[in-house]
Amino acid sequence: MKYIDEFRDKKSILSLLEEIKKFSSVEASIMEICGTHTHSVSKYGIRGALSKNIRLISGPGCPVCVTHQADIDAIIDFSRNDKTAVIATFGDMIRVPGTFSTLESERALGSDIRVVYSPLAALDIAKENPSKKVLFYSVGFETTAPTVAASIIEAKARNIKNFTVFSLHKLTPPAMKAILDSGDVLVDGFICPGHVTAIIGASAYEFIARDYGSPCVVSGFEPVDVLYSIYMLLRQLYLGEAKIEIEYERVVSMDGNKKAKEIMAAVFEPRGSAWRGLGLIPGSGLKIRPAFAEFDAEQAFGIKAADSSYVEKPGACACADVLKGRITPFECLLFANPCTPEKPMGPCMVSSEGTCAAYYKYERAS
Amino acid sequence: MCLGIPCKVIEIDGDSAVVATANVKNKINISLVDNLCIGNYVIVHAGFAIEKIDEAIAKETLEMISGFIKDAQ
Repeated sequence: MKYIDEFRDKKSILSLLEEIKKFSSVEASIMEICGTHTHSVSKYGIRGALSKNIRLISGPGCPVCVTHQADIDAIIDFSRNDKTAVIATFGDMIRVPGTFSTLESERALGSDIRVVYSPLAALDIAKENPSKKVLFYSVGFETTAPTVAASIIEAKARNIKNFTVFSLHKLTPPAMKAILDSGDVLVDGFICPGHVTAIIGASAYEFIARDYGSPCVVSGFEPVDVLYSIYMLLRQLYLGEAKIEIEYERVVSMDGNKKAKEIMAAVFEPRGSAWRGLGLIPGSGLKIRPAFAEFDAEQAFGIKAADSSYVEKPGACACADVLKGRITPFECLLFANPCTPEKPMGPCMVSSEGTCAAYYKYERAS
Repeated sequence: MCLGIPCKVIEIDGDSAVVATANVKNKINISLVDNLCIGNYVIVHAGFAIEKIDEAIAKETLEMISGFIKDAQ
């Protein structure tokens, strides 16, 4: 397929690995922020192919995984209390364990829970079932938020009254700042998320290079992209530079997608948001603006996104530490036994983009 | 979750388009991207085109990388 095959070319991969070896004097911990990058790193054996001086750490880049336990519990409670409502959501969300149940289990007990690929499909369910309340349980970063905003605008234009959104959308740069501020993990450079940055623009990371001295490279998702991005980061670290570079230039610009940003800003406004593992991060969530209050599930049903008052219960699941990059999945006591993709005990094993799922599928033999 | 698939635009009808990848066709929404033409490639996420793929820049990136291949030989 065009734009995929040529970025998986074996000759290019081997040449880039040779180029990367030239920076053997650079000791670097590089964090990839996006779950799709985590998946590529594991799937293509990139971690093992690099020499020991380069450590790749996975960050909080899987929206399913960073959704707070209290938010998962809130939607499960809602599904139990109102079995006439339809809850539509992205696939992985129905399997994420809450404290006592999952949406999948609630569906087996009679709640109407449907998996959709697009927020527009949730809107279609509302159009086709005017007598039912349809709640779209919405997670995702800046890549997804404009698609949800466009769906809310469409609902308003078509005067659809039975469609609401429970917005748990999260923003990437505030989470990167929180990781750097926490000092829990040393990060020398970031592989920045390609599709988030297609929307927000690479200039969103300027504060990281300027204030923290960490170079940032916005990367595509194929193995050639990821290796070239690692090469670019090492080159900056070798030269003592800290700047923003874009490897995924065929899709990403410094300014991003102006139209998508406008639509997102018209519907959503920033608010503090609670992340699994990272806690409450100011300005890191998106709330539906008052002008679109009729589509806000928090207003319509009195459910509430998690805030700082909620303390995560300690347990054996180490997803919180995995998400911060403090440990690898191998260091979790539950990893592979008993926690597996078939019977996941934490979100990082549920989501196909979760770090534990990637390690389970591709990295156990190494 | 932020997975995006490169797809070719085959038909355009207002805010909707038909795109294809690996011979699979899908109807998507293109309201987030301006000035799309038939034949353009886009990144598709959650049923929406989120950005165009710049063919000339993709070529430049690949040429840059093939420079490494020559260097290595």
